[in-house]
Amino acid sequence: MAVEVRSGFEAILEQCSGLAEDVTYPSVKRWRDSHPGGHAVGHFQVYFPEELIHAAGMLPVTLMGAGSRLEAKQADSHIGSFICSICRTSLELGFSGRVGFLDAFYTTPICDVARNLAGIWGRNFKGMTAEILYLPQNANGKGAVTYLRDEYARVLAELKRISGRPIEEADLRRSIGVYNENRRLLRDLYRIKRETPWLLATTEAYVLAKAGTVMPREEHNEILRSALAEIPNRTGRRQDRVRVVFEGGFCEQPPLDMLQLIEEACYIVDDDLLLGMRWIDQDVPETGDALFALAESYIERSTYSPVQHDDRKPKEEMLLRRVEGSGAAAVILAAAKMCEPGLDEQVAYQKTLEAKQIPFLLLDFEEKMTAFERMRMEVETFVESILFD
Amino acid sequence: MIETKISLTPTPSAQPEPDLVGRGRRDGNRLFKEWYTELDAAAESGDPSAYVFVMGSTAEVLKAFDLNLVFPEINSLQMAVRKVSLDYLNKAEDYGYSTDVCGYVKADVGMHLDGRKHPNGRIPKPSIVVATNMCNTYVKWVEIWQRMYGCKVFVLDIPGQRGIGWSSEPGSEQFENDRRYVQSQLEELIEACVAVTGKPFKIERLQENLAHVNRMAADWSAVLKLNQNIPAPFNAMADGLAYMGVLSAYRATETGARYMAELRQEMEYKVQNGIGTITEERFRLHGVGPACYAYFRRFLELFQEWGAVYVNSEYLAYAGGGLDQGIQFNVERPLESLAEQLLVTGRRSMSNMFFSQDQLADAVRDWKSDGIVYHSVKSCRTVSTGMADSREYLTKTKDVPSLFVESDLVDPRLWSEAQFKNRIDAFFEALGARKAAALNPHELGGFAVSSRGPQQVAAKR
Ligand code: SF4
Ligand code: SF4
Repeated sequence: MAVEVRSGFEAILEQCSGLAEDVTYPSVKRWRDSHPGGHAVGHFQVYFPEELIHAAGMLPVTLMGAGSRLEAKQADSHIGSFICSICRTSLELGFSGRVGFLDAFYTTPICDVARNLAGIWGRNFKGMTAEILYLPQNANGKGAVTYLRDEYARVLAELKRISGRPIEEADLRRSIGVYNENRRLLRDLYRIKRETPWLLATTEAYVLAKAGTVMPREEHNEILRSALAEIPNRTGRRQDRVRVVFEGGFCEQPPLDMLQLIEEACYIVDDDLLLGMRWIDQDVPETGDALFALAESYIERSTYSPVQHDDRKPKEEMLLRRVEGSGAAAVILAAAKMCEPGLDEQVAYQKTLEAKQIPFLLLDFEEKMTAFERMRMEVETFVESILFD
Repeated sequence: MIETKISLTPTPSAQPEPDLVGRGRRDGNRLFKEWYTELDAAAESGDPSAYVFVMGSTAEVLKAFDLNLVFPEINSLQMAVRKVSLDYLNKAEDYGYSTDVCGYVKADVGMHLDGRKHPNGRIPKPSIVVATNMCNTYVKWVEIWQRMYGCKVFVLDIPGQRGIGWSSEPGSEQFENDRRYVQSQLEELIEACVAVTGKPFKIERLQENLAHVNRMAADWSAVLKLNQNIPAPFNAMADGLAYMGVLSAYRATETGARYMAELRQEMEYKVQNGIGTITEERFRLHGVGPACYAYFRRFLELFQEWGAVYVNSEYLAYAGGGLDQGIQFNVERPLESLAEQLLVTGRRSMSNMFFSQDQLADAVRDWKSDGIVYHSVKSCRTVSTGMADSREYLTKTKDVPSLFVESDLVDPRLWSEAQFKNRIDAFFEALGARKAAALNPHELGGFAVSSRGPQQVAAKR
């Protein structure tokens, strides 16, 4: 039984926020109930070609931690002390049985903590495929796309084995079409947020998008279409607020309360939240070899992040483009605690923004944090310093 | 006394040189000094240099272009051993790096901010830097130099083991897919070296280098295996580190290959004459994770005081560039063979970090270790993330005794001797009792039988 799309923007928002933040995964359970013998495949952040899972008739589910909604009781004894929260709570989802509905778990080489997840998952959750999808880390190599195409074929073979059904080229094309539409709708959402942030807050866009990580994309497309149709009827009034870019949410997600407190002081007009859903920033070709098209798009039609080195996309320049493209006046430079790639990049961004005299505020966060008073003061002081400079 | 002997090569000379014992350490120190002297000279002359990492240095290719090799990990480690790492860490933190960033990276950044003045000499600027994906922090690290110097960055991607139980043997379709990718990158690396040095690529040079590594790897692998003997001829954490320094810095050279052959000679001599690394070997340990180099001497003493010897360490496998099980390059098809072996050895090194449990259990058995010491270091999430879990797995499935301690590689602020000592003392007391019980199983009823583990082989002595 598909999720029933409610009408009215507020109702859609409430529905999405319920689905996106619920660590009991009600939408996945519903899907499994209505698809006897169906399979669900989980993947960790940041990007995974969900089209492969979708084409196999399975449900892709993104595991991206559990914020403050789950305590890493069992996971803590299985993982080092100096590790980011998203990995702890993602593992806890496994240890607590909350994602026992999964038939496979994939992680990618975004960092070594993430690579280690495959080992921990495999040692503890027997009977479930636990693998690393080795996305290429030499994005500039001439062999990268062909290699990735073969790596996708490997994963596809495993998915075929799990699903017990053939996956035809036409299935892959259809899935690419569904995901292309999803990415187009998400681009629309971001365009609205950028052009008329008073009509759509980042926290709202965030929950609308995040709901897609736990439901079939066709249904998510429907939700997004309905929400987009409702936005012009909203009555938000333009305010004289500082426009900022939020950078640092590519993997561990900041708590919604944190985004909210930033939005109380300014407009977040662009960000790198839920980046995996938007990693590919153009349509994937729906003609030719489907796996090749996906592999090529990963490298050639994609954005940037601290976990991909690509000489053609120096990250500071990409950030400056994001700032310029969104007409932002300042940047919130966030980083998840204990996140090596995020913290390394934060320094590089900081130096560039300093050189360009673009105001920025450094914020370290954890998905599980619940006290925001200090942060609120920092944000308010920062915004005031820009307004009254 | 010695239960198991590893097969030995014929003794090179009937009369060993009088100073044979300890030669590896002495020569290692000398070579290490010479290497830093060369780097200092390169800093002066501006000769092209390559920054590389111990895991996947691609020395075979880079040395074919006469590039000086700088190992930033070794530089950072040396700062810690020389007790100056905190000064450099502070510099990097003042610059903006978080306390949660890898200390190796920060110590190095501090040194660059300080004009590349290292306690062992000046360090040349990078002309090209090569990072493998064997540690993801490598990739972040090279980006820092790219910003500082605008140097050429080359990321060599070696797809690793995909999951537990997954393997792909040379010749299989899967392996070939990955090999073609690695080989195409090597071709690009060669083009980059030509561009950076202005020198042509000579395949004979690469072939020579591969042949040096073949010899070096065979002897290194034999040296490691010689430590399966009781008593162990060297301490894998202390001596092993010194040997490994030469292994990295002199990889793909005649000097390096000769050094390793002589080291093997020394170890064989020690084994034949029952010379252990300490007078009375009471416990044999397998190390997982590096040592705390900021308090290296104390770190080692705390174990030695109990008569414990590190007979093996995972560190020697992955940080030794994957040469632990030997390499045999086919010099007739150099690039293909290099790509193939980078995959085989790179994978093994990465598996030692991400899927270590089975190799670890085998190593504990083969080196007759009484237990494993897991040293989790804050800096290195690559090796530390899965340690606790792998430990639990081995305790449950193989009943391997182990100790878990935490500190850091280079950050002295994270070292607490009292805590270390307490845990180490408690571990050895329990291990001693366990060994005693294994010798007198009746004292513990049926328990000793059910708890028979690899440690009992050693306990029979
Ligand atoms: S938050 Fe950072 S360290 Fe943690 S999994 Fe993500 S990229 Fe890796
Ligand atoms: S994370 Fe570990 S392996 Fe990587 S550079 Fe730091 S110490 Fe070395």
